[in-house]
Amino acid sequence: MQFHPMPKPVLGCVGSLLAVFMESFTVLSFIFRRLLSAIPFTLMVSMTIFILIQLPPGDFVDSYAASLAAAGEHVDAAMMADMRHRFGLDQPVIVQYFKWITGVVQGDFGYSFEWNAPVSQLLGERMGLTFALTISTLLLSWAIALPIGIYSAVRRYSLFDYGFTLLGFICLAVPVFLMALVLMYLGVKYFGHDVTGLFSADYANAPWSWGRVLDLLSHIWIPVLLLGAEASAALIRIMRANLIDQLHMPYVVTARAKGLSEIRLLLKYPVRTALNPFVSTLGWTVPRLVSGAVIASIVLNLPTAGPLLFQSLLSQDIYLSGAFLLLLCLMTVIGTLLSDVLLVIIDPRIRLEH
Amino acid sequence: MVDHMKNTQAPEADKSSPVGDVILEVRGLKTYFGAGEKAVHAVDDVSFKLQRGKTLCIVGESGSGKTVAARSILQIVDPPGQIMGGEIIYHGSITQARQGQAPVDLARLAPKGREIRAIRGHDIAMIFQEPMTSLSPIHTIGNQIAEAILLHQKVGKAEARTRSIELLRRVEIPNPEVAIDKFTFEYSGGMRQRAMIAMALACNPQVLIADEPTTALDVTTQAEILALIKELQVAYGMSVLFITHDMGVVAEIADEIGVMRNGKMLEFGPAEQIFYNAQHDYTRELIDSVRKLETSARKSRGRKISEQKLLEVHGASKIYPARRSFLGKAGEPFKALDNVSFDLFEGENLGIVGESGSGKTTLGNCLIRVLEPSGGEMLYCTGAGHTIDVARQSTRELRQVHREIRMVFQDPFASLNPRMTIGQIIGEPLLVNKLLSGEALRARVKELLAMVGLPPMAMERYPHAFSGGQRQRIGIARALALNPRLIIADEATSALDVTLRSQVLDLMLDLQEKLNLSFILISHDIGVIRYFCDRVAVMYKGQIVETGPAEKICSEPDHPYTKALISAVPGTHPRDKRILGRHRYVAEPLAMPEKAAGPIALA
Amino acid sequence: MTETNTATATVNMANLRGGIEYASQWHLMWLRFCKHRLAVAGLLVVVCFYIVAIFAEFLAPFDPEKPNARLVYHPPQGVRLFDEKGFNPHGQFFELTRDPQTLKPAYLPKEGAKVELEFFARGFEYNMLGLIPTDIHFIGPKDKSQMFYLFGADRLGRDMLSRVIYGARFTLSLGLFGVCMSVLLGIFFGGVAGYYGGRIDWIVMRVVEYIISLPTIPIWLALAAALPRDWPPYLQYLSITMVISLIGWTELARVVRGRFLALRGEVFVVAAKLDGCSEFRVIFRHMLPSLASHIIAAVTLAVPFMILAETSLSFLGLGLQPPSISWGVLLKEAQNIRSIAQAPWLFVPGACVVMAVLSLNFMGDGLRDAADPYSHGN
Repeated sequence: MQFHPMPKPVLGCVGSLLAVFMESFTVLSFIFRRLLSAIPFTLMVSMTIFILIQLPPGDFVDSYAASLAAAGEHVDAAMMADMRHRFGLDQPVIVQYFKWITGVVQGDFGYSFEWNAPVSQLLGERMGLTFALTISTLLLSWAIALPIGIYSAVRRYSLFDYGFTLLGFICLAVPVFLMALVLMYLGVKYFGHDVTGLFSADYANAPWSWGRVLDLLSHIWIPVLLLGAEASAALIRIMRANLIDQLHMPYVVTARAKGLSEIRLLLKYPVRTALNPFVSTLGWTVPRLVSGAVIASIVLNLPTAGPLLFQSLLSQDIYLSGAFLLLLCLMTVIGTLLSDVLLVIIDPRIRLEH
Repeated sequence: MVDHMKNTQAPEADKSSPVGDVILEVRGLKTYFGAGEKAVHAVDDVSFKLQRGKTLCIVGESGSGKTVAARSILQIVDPPGQIMGGEIIYHGSITQARQGQAPVDLARLAPKGREIRAIRGHDIAMIFQEPMTSLSPIHTIGNQIAEAILLHQKVGKAEARTRSIELLRRVEIPNPEVAIDKFTFEYSGGMRQRAMIAMALACNPQVLIADEPTTALDVTTQAEILALIKELQVAYGMSVLFITHDMGVVAEIADEIGVMRNGKMLEFGPAEQIFYNAQHDYTRELIDSVRKLETSARKSRGRKISEQKLLEVHGASKIYPARRSFLGKAGEPFKALDNVSFDLFEGENLGIVGESGSGKTTLGNCLIRVLEPSGGEMLYCTGAGHTIDVARQSTRELRQVHREIRMVFQDPFASLNPRMTIGQIIGEPLLVNKLLSGEALRARVKELLAMVGLPPMAMERYPHAFSGGQRQRIGIARALALNPRLIIADEATSALDVTLRSQVLDLMLDLQEKLNLSFILISHDIGVIRYFCDRVAVMYKGQIVETGPAEKICSEPDHPYTKALISAVPGTHPRDKRILGRHRYVAEPLAMPEKAAGPIALA
Repeated sequence: MTETNTATATVNMANLRGGIEYASQWHLMWLRFCKHRLAVAGLLVVVCFYIVAIFAEFLAPFDPEKPNARLVYHPPQGVRLFDEKGFNPHGQFFELTRDPQTLKPAYLPKEGAKVELEFFARGFEYNMLGLIPTDIHFIGPKDKSQMFYLFGADRLGRDMLSRVIYGARFTLSLGLFGVCMSVLLGIFFGGVAGYYGGRIDWIVMRVVEYIISLPTIPIWLALAAALPRDWPPYLQYLSITMVISLIGWTELARVVRGRFLALRGEVFVVAAKLDGCSEFRVIFRHMLPSLASHIIAAVTLAVPFMILAETSLSFLGLGLQPPSISWGVLLKEAQNIRSIAQAPWLFVPGACVVMAVLSLNFMGDGLRDAADPYSHGN
């Protein structure tokens, strides 16, 4: 059998180069448009949050007065009116919102009545630690879920599979706060170790140093494991189900008929395909993690966003709680954004079929 | 190791014997699903021989075990399927045999072992039915072809790519340099199958196993693919094992034929012997049901077609507005129906034939207003003698129209509500139109069941208790419930096995004579159209290209597309080999699809 | 020709296995569900839990609010059914002693002393099912002055068993009630989006996506913090349910919409329209029965979500407030590390939450697998 000589090879090369260019262009344009569409979304989030923090009857001045009264001090109406005026609480809600949001865009999150300090000063480290906690949990849960999910799917109905399925069910059934409590109990009872907090007493208020980072690392694994357990359980189930769907697809049989070895076959085809829906779970894993992190850090008293948000909500310190809520929601917005972009990059069907 | 080698050698293989004509020999193959008493004997004691350079067709209906038999050869049966006995002797290429290489028993190799993997794709390659799902959706075509080359041959990536491009060119894919970097979903159905063939050819295999490779394709594309396989077989000197359910395809390509049913090989022999001197009743039944559809049932029955026009369609169209594409460019609006006009006389059977995407189903749905036509008029002469335009009826008025024009659907499984009994399903139109209720309704349903040949006890049962053919009868009974005048049957028989197909058609013809009905039969199957219809309209890309009497259209059509279509239909006589002398209309399957137009046009 | 057709059809029907062909889809679904052993076990546990919740007063041996200052943090007492007299259920009697060195209080079992129990004992008065006034309880001590703590006592000496039983009522009913509200919202919005499609669908789905992408707990916290702490229990109950289902409906709406969209294109629905069915009949006679099984499965899977939400909120002190008793409120008692170190039985309500959620999840999974009529072939 003789093959025909290649006709226009040069033009062909130009064509494929162009195709590559077009492809990266579509991806870039997708990311750009996706970023654009996140803007109205974020605005909507900010509005929702502002409504939420305005919801409680009364305002900060009321609750402040109530706490002073409880302490036996007398607060008169003129002083309250003066405070309201000073904090701009006597203006219409719309005006307050616009003042707030324009400030936020410029990095000014307002003033915390309770702490008597600009909100941005209170946010910094706590949001940073929240972020670190969420990211490390995400990475851990992926690192756990991928191999276990793949193994469970391939060795379906094996002892290993049953074991992890059951464990997963239990992890999903135990509320985060309960798991944190049990951890605390076990820590105190059997290890004599306090599992709360992210730093030892020596480092709690110290400036950042190597020692502090190491100290953080020696503490952070507990909340990471705690949050990671639930997330991994959910992800294992998804990976397993996705992969089982793919394992018997005709294209796997085709590849096997080519003479590919089982392990290469598995990793190149079904695992790779099952990864796509897996990546799209990022969109809801991040909100879940953020939620879990808030409640876990309240229980474990971590110096992250959770406890301060909780406290500020109770005391109606609206700018502080608003800032935390906004930033936490923003993290989930970024999560969905990331998952969409990743999906476009790894799945040619989405990239090219638009 | 030595032991193992001994085991894999066929017992009676003699190294000094001359090279035989047989390349692959299957003896007493048994492949079971599950173990013990409950095991399903998918392949039960099957034997056949594949000659060098020849084509062996294994034919059988769904569930006959033909696919499992083919997959057993490469040991790629999905678990829990397992080879339980028998031998699969592979004799190797002529060169290998001359060099004294001993035949190998593939059935004794470990399914995941190195030896069988060295044979898969290298000596014996395989192509599959569904080219869309049989190719990975997220790897480029080039990647998948080059993989086969890199696996079995010691070449670099660049060389593998060059060879892949040559292979794509060899299977007549245009612009292979560009096409190689495309993904499966950017190819059309026929192109995908070509790419799959290119992949199978990557290592010059001795044997090509083709598992229903044309079943999912249109008839003209099927003809192209069959011709391509034939041509490559000659060029490469391959032996082909072809699995199919279609006797027509068998007649076109087979040198030898094996007929399978319920896991057994009923009959095995040369093509002519099977077609003209079949030993087994089942084989004859298979061939007869195909041959029956080469005749016209309408001609042999008395037709009563009146001069009265029942339906007059003028310039019907259905246009889908352009979707804005990813980069914000507006594409062309899609014309699913483009200015379609035809007439239907009372008592007449009109066939609408076309390939996938021709708009025939859209036409049926527009006629009954399941879809809203974008333009044109559809004048219908009601039973009361008024002429109304169906396209312009209000929802309320349509209810009256739907009592006279009824529909029979393609999929007998999806068209019956799984949560209602047969009695409720058939009685529904009578009930909601407030025509009958209570005992009278039951009596009428019984009568309707009897008309379609089902016993009254069917009434209380749910659809899942019935087979495909029976369900289609239930669908027909539902259509008849309101004493309709026109029935639109959309691919009503295409989901059925060939032996059932003519039974359902005969039933509809009997009912037509009794009840004074007219039919519009929509089908891709020329045989069904020829058997059932008086006149035929041929659709292509949303337009009717030709209308005429069924016999004329099916034997000597005028329009070049119809000629190509008719000549691509496989015959039933192995001596004819009609497809090789077919007309080719537009080389449509050879063009890259629209989506890839940008970069390719530049190449 | 017709006669031969009839013959073949009849013959084929005779081949069918007896019974199955008369089974409705509901019956088939039940058969498939029964094959799923974990799911059946889950169903049994769930039924037991709800029975406990309904007959809380009857099953609780003591008034859950009755404190006993002398028996603070009393440890759980084991039960023995037989003694030397034969069948005579009794618990061990514990005596409060103090460690001679540290002077720490400790409960130690007293040799020979027991708390004798009887079935259908008389205790505090209540209205059975809110109707029949009675004072009979399933089990209680023969001597009314004695206490009996199967699950131990809390910091006020209240009986944990009775409190857990009462807590089941609040938590489990809130789960159901919340799901009902979510279902109403979900079916309404999901159904509207799925049936009408187009622009309405687009808007509803964007709202759903928006809500799903928000982190639930911070939003719940903010919503719950907005509720006045001093509302009466029933208002708290209502408002917490509202808060939880305000976010919980989205998942159901997605399921309903997806199914509606899929069903809308089903051929048998098109056939029903051509049969002349009104839009109302198409939806309620033809589409809803097919949807119902999926909705039931989705609802079952949503109940544990609600339960987890309630317990989390109450635990943080933003949900139900004492004197209401729910599992979350009870777990709030376990918040203090010192109290759980002293009285680990405060975790009992937590174990109940886990068991309820696990069984509901198993049951829901089984239902979901059973709901698809074509998943296991025909």
